[in-house]
Amino acid sequence: MSDFFVRVSHFSFVQNVWMIPCLPLLGALIAALGARRLRSSSHVPVVAGIVLAFLVSCGALFSTNPTEAPRVAGWLSISNLEVPIEFRVDGLTTMMLSMVTFVSSLVAIFAVGYMAGDPGYPRFFALIGLFVFSMTGLVLSNNYLLTYVFWEGVGVCSYLLIGYWHTRPAAATAALKAFLVNRIGDFGFALAIFWLWAVVPGHDLSYGNILNGSTLAALPEAAKLGIPLLLFWAATAKSAQIPLYVWLPDAMEGPTPVSALIHAATMVTAGVYLIARSMPLIALAPGVQVLIAVTGCATALLSASIALTQNDLKRVMAYSTVSQLGYMFMGLGAGVSDVAQLAVVAAMFHLFTHAFFKALLFLASGSVMHAMGDVIDMRRFGGLRRRLPITHLTFAVGGLALAGIFPFAGFFSKDEILLALKSASHSAAGQGWGWVYLLIYWVALVTVLMTAFYTARAYFMTFWGPEKLPSPDDPEAPRTEPGSGHGDHEPHGASQDETHGHDHVGEESPLVMTLPLVILAVCALLAGIVFGPTPRFEVLARSIFGLTHPFEHHLQKTFGWELLGHGEHGFDLATAGISTVGGLLGIGLACWFYATESSIPGWLATRFRSLYEASFNKFYVDEVYDWVVVKATWALARICEFLDIYLVDQLVIGIAKLPRKLAKDLLAGYQNGLIQFYAAVSALGVAVLLFILLLF
Amino acid sequence: MSDNLLLTSLWLLPLIGMVGVLAVPRRSEAAIKYLALAATIITFVVTLIALGLYVGDGPSSAPLQDRVIHNVLQKDGSGALTIADESAGEGDLVVRRSWIPYFNIQYYLGLDGISLSLVVLTGLISVLACLASWNITKQVKGYYALFLLLVASMMGVFVSLDLFLFYVFFEVMLLPMYFLIGIWGGPDREYAAIKFLLYTLFGSVFILVAVLILFFWSGDTTGAQSLYNATGQVQPFTGHSFDIVELTGVATKTGYYGLGIQSWVFVLFLIGFLIKLPSFPFHTWLPDAHVEAPTPISMILAGILLKIGGYGLIRLAWPLAPLGAHYWAYFVAALGVFSILYGALVAMAQTDFKKLVAYSSVSHMGYVTLGLAAMNLLTSPQYYAYGVNGAMFMMLAHGITSAGMFFLVGVIYDRAHTRDLNKLGGLNNIMPLYGAISYVIFFGSMGLPGLCGFVAEFFVVVAAFNYSKLLAVLAATAVVLTAGYILWTLQRVFLGRSETWKGLPDMDLREIVVAVPLVVLTIAMGVFPNTLVLSWVSPSVGEMVNSVVTAARELNVSAIRTVEKTAPRIPDSISAPSTRPAVASRASGSL
Repeated sequence: MSDFFVRVSHFSFVQNVWMIPCLPLLGALIAALGARRLRSSSHVPVVAGIVLAFLVSCGALFSTNPTEAPRVAGWLSISNLEVPIEFRVDGLTTMMLSMVTFVSSLVAIFAVGYMAGDPGYPRFFALIGLFVFSMTGLVLSNNYLLTYVFWEGVGVCSYLLIGYWHTRPAAATAALKAFLVNRIGDFGFALAIFWLWAVVPGHDLSYGNILNGSTLAALPEAAKLGIPLLLFWAATAKSAQIPLYVWLPDAMEGPTPVSALIHAATMVTAGVYLIARSMPLIALAPGVQVLIAVTGCATALLSASIALTQNDLKRVMAYSTVSQLGYMFMGLGAGVSDVAQLAVVAAMFHLFTHAFFKALLFLASGSVMHAMGDVIDMRRFGGLRRRLPITHLTFAVGGLALAGIFPFAGFFSKDEILLALKSASHSAAGQGWGWVYLLIYWVALVTVLMTAFYTARAYFMTFWGPEKLPSPDDPEAPRTEPGSGHGDHEPHGASQDETHGHDHVGEESPLVMTLPLVILAVCALLAGIVFGPTPRFEVLARSIFGLTHPFEHHLQKTFGWELLGHGEHGFDLATAGISTVGGLLGIGLACWFYATESSIPGWLATRFRSLYEASFNKFYVDEVYDWVVVKATWALARICEFLDIYLVDQLVIGIAKLPRKLAKDLLAGYQNGLIQFYAAVSALGVAVLLFILLLF
Repeated sequence: MSDNLLLTSLWLLPLIGMVGVLAVPRRSEAAIKYLALAATIITFVVTLIALGLYVGDGPSSAPLQDRVIHNVLQKDGSGALTIADESAGEGDLVVRRSWIPYFNIQYYLGLDGISLSLVVLTGLISVLACLASWNITKQVKGYYALFLLLVASMMGVFVSLDLFLFYVFFEVMLLPMYFLIGIWGGPDREYAAIKFLLYTLFGSVFILVAVLILFFWSGDTTGAQSLYNATGQVQPFTGHSFDIVELTGVATKTGYYGLGIQSWVFVLFLIGFLIKLPSFPFHTWLPDAHVEAPTPISMILAGILLKIGGYGLIRLAWPLAPLGAHYWAYFVAALGVFSILYGALVAMAQTDFKKLVAYSSVSHMGYVTLGLAAMNLLTSPQYYAYGVNGAMFMMLAHGITSAGMFFLVGVIYDRAHTRDLNKLGGLNNIMPLYGAISYVIFFGSMGLPGLCGFVAEFFVVVAAFNYSKLLAVLAATAVVLTAGYILWTLQRVFLGRSETWKGLPDMDLREIVVAVPLVVLTIAMGVFPNTLVLSWVSPSVGEMVNSVVTAARELNVSAIRTVEKTAPRIPDSISAPSTRPAVASRASGSL
């Protein structure tokens, strides 16, 4: 036994970090191959794999080492190109790993209850395991090409999980859209990799080779601008920013645990991670950073304004995710000169806290959906606070965190980003960008108000007002779908897809679902104050938890970040004050409008009809894309096909017919079988020959 | 096993199988099927033995040109050429015998990484296609006899090291293919078969002319002393050779064939093999042939026959005319990129499942052309190897995935009797196993990282990026287009719900046996590209790249520049040394 402890104490988490992706993969393989035998216990290997991976991640968290990159295996090598499977266990990676495996564990446990009875149960858990494998691989990779491999891997998992209910056309289309939009981003990522390959010494794509001072200094000027731009392009697809955000709201067609895990907490933050990981490279191009901040800001504002009018609870959350990702990009974009490290840490801290409270909000929405028989339209239910007490409370905690109310997690992280923006407006003033950051700062504050408003609107519409349960007679109920949800009215299919949820309409979810909610709610409440990156509440945090802003200290152990400037932390009560007032104002308005029956929202909608319509119809972005991109490509494809049939092939056929035509029309006529004709031609020929002989 | 026995049995075993099939009475169909299956399996085992010998430590691991000099012929008393020493060079996977001494034609076989990988692929796909032929009911005896003849000729093409022998196998291949499409094909089979036959024959005329030019051309002999010929003696090279290895040496190390004539040889080979590959604008026979061909023949056609075009480019067009290849490189690379995009776009517009897969082949084969033509030899020649390795990997990866895709199309056609993408749908629910297998293979074709297609595309586009940024960016847009047509196809076939197809049976055991090796290879080649393929293929690719690079650099760039101003002229007479570009004098100086 003591021998065992000795071995455990010598266990190197850094060297054995490969276990983190491999354990969930193993679970997924067992679930997939043993699907027939395991059936309703298919979740066991996957949940076990993810939980074990979480434990290893916790170990890795405390043995973080930014300089070491253990090599697991070789992958590609020809002539002088070598791409090994190599993992780096630094601050950023271990933070992401712990977050991903923690949230995944809780979501997987939640899904045990949520997905119970679904015919594709083993497939669901196999895919979740595969996703955790890809996602942990993504944050572990020490090489841009390997990151790209996992980057596509999470994309595939997302595709397969959005289309999980593959019999529903809407799910199939959403999955296709998600994958294609992501591929547009991957195109940018691929170009960035090719470009990097061409300019870095030794064509070594590992982070160790690229993100060090001497390599970065030696980059050609065009590459210093172009590569960050292409990496950001890749990030806009994966992390749903303008102009490639359109896939994320549709991705809500997937099962709710998938929305919580992949499309809120983890995969969509991959773009933020990529930019943060490449920050020393990105920081070479202040212009790109301004672009990142402006894009983040515009996305946050646009999606928040769409979220104001949506009636689908999950869609509100989806647009809110897009909006919050916008905040993270604002933070990343604010990382200029001496604010760099502060800003990146702020963005990553928001990523960290957002994972908890957004996963919580999604799972709580899922719990509502579960209780409402898969109805998610907020107009069809209301006043559920007594029926679903745990869901109600946990949703409220998540909502307060999202709205950024002290002392919930979102307050700290959002404030950090606002603070970074404010500092950036001073630091970037020298380059003439100061006013841009100041503008972004104010827009971000306005967005805080909108965020609080739509969050509270969803909360009040769902849990307050007179109690109301969905019925097939609701005017909002889809006509083709008498109350069964999942767009499936076929009796057989309906019983296949929706056995869950129907037996216990209006009841609180089972413990296996509420427990993860409670744990996440505790995180959403405490994550900010415990891990808080600023010294602002240092005294408080130290006296209660014995910790001093551990998050920032941990992230400083990230490879390459020592290259980033880090100035002093400011202390800005004004920002905190304004954002809190904004948040409270938003909640107050929503309470006034929606907590009880009120005519104000309706009056506003008619008063500002065109604005309301535009927001309700998502500003018609989908329609524009459909025309400009989809229809144009399709037309081009048709033109090519037309040319193929009527030009290229006809040319071939024409050439093939040429000999025959030549023979038939030109030569065949002379073979008429008349002796006289042949004799005449022969004589003519002889005459011509003689004539020629005479001439020469 | 002696080299002679081993290499000869590669093409002779299927032929013996054919004779055996012909000897079995026409009624006993089961006997015919099992006999044919046995013949293909034994052939496949022999290819694996050859692979084992090649990757082992034996003499066979040396570069091909070092191995052939151990196998030499000598004149015996009567003046006939015979093998000098049977035991010399034993175990090095090269066989050389005199065949038609008057024209210096040899029975000359040899394997290196490039040909061996395709031989193994041929062995595998033959077995799987034979299994996939199980439900052919029309004239079973004739079908299997022709099928085995086809396998024999394909094997022969890959193992030949003599241009004449290569050409014989190349032409023999057309005959069984013509009948296999023309008799066992779909409703419009006769049109497709004759189109295939005439188009390919048309292409082989170009190849023949190129071969004859190489044979009869009398060029500059000053630099040619250091070369071994069939008898192992060092003597001036005077043409009149069909020996691929010797010709490669001459074309790359000496100025015997100058840029002017190499441009012509290259263009002739290029047209001939681009028709086979096929590349835009010579691709229109492919959709017709595929749509009409029965499933197993489509598997062979996509899996192996198209690779013969690529093999011809890698083995003949580039090494035998490196200066010409370099001269035309940008044009060919642009053609490759155009094929990639055009194939993908036309595939997107298809409603016939099989036609869609056929056009996807056009798109994927564009990567082969692009990888070979991305010849940035002047500034960084070492990266040319990426492109050729990528092209080679693409041929193998596409051999696996396209055979798989055509098989899967066949599986559904057998059940639903339609390939119309607008009529199919909802199959995931009805045939879950079929769905799962299809997803892996189609994703592999899409170039998803971790599956086989990605490695190939990555290498090719990296090489292209090093050659021309514009072409690389254009080629990379295929990432989106390919995903577009493949995902949309998957959606139309597998997703949704369908009443029409309810009750279709899932794949049976025989179909699973065919599909599983393809699925396993699709994944394994993406996860272990080095161990499985690159470790033994890429040294041979390196040899080919080195010879092309040396040729283009030493023979040399300045010569190319002077000639570039005047377009290559056709020689007045093939047998007279009338045009001799400036290459020769410089080359002899540099050697």
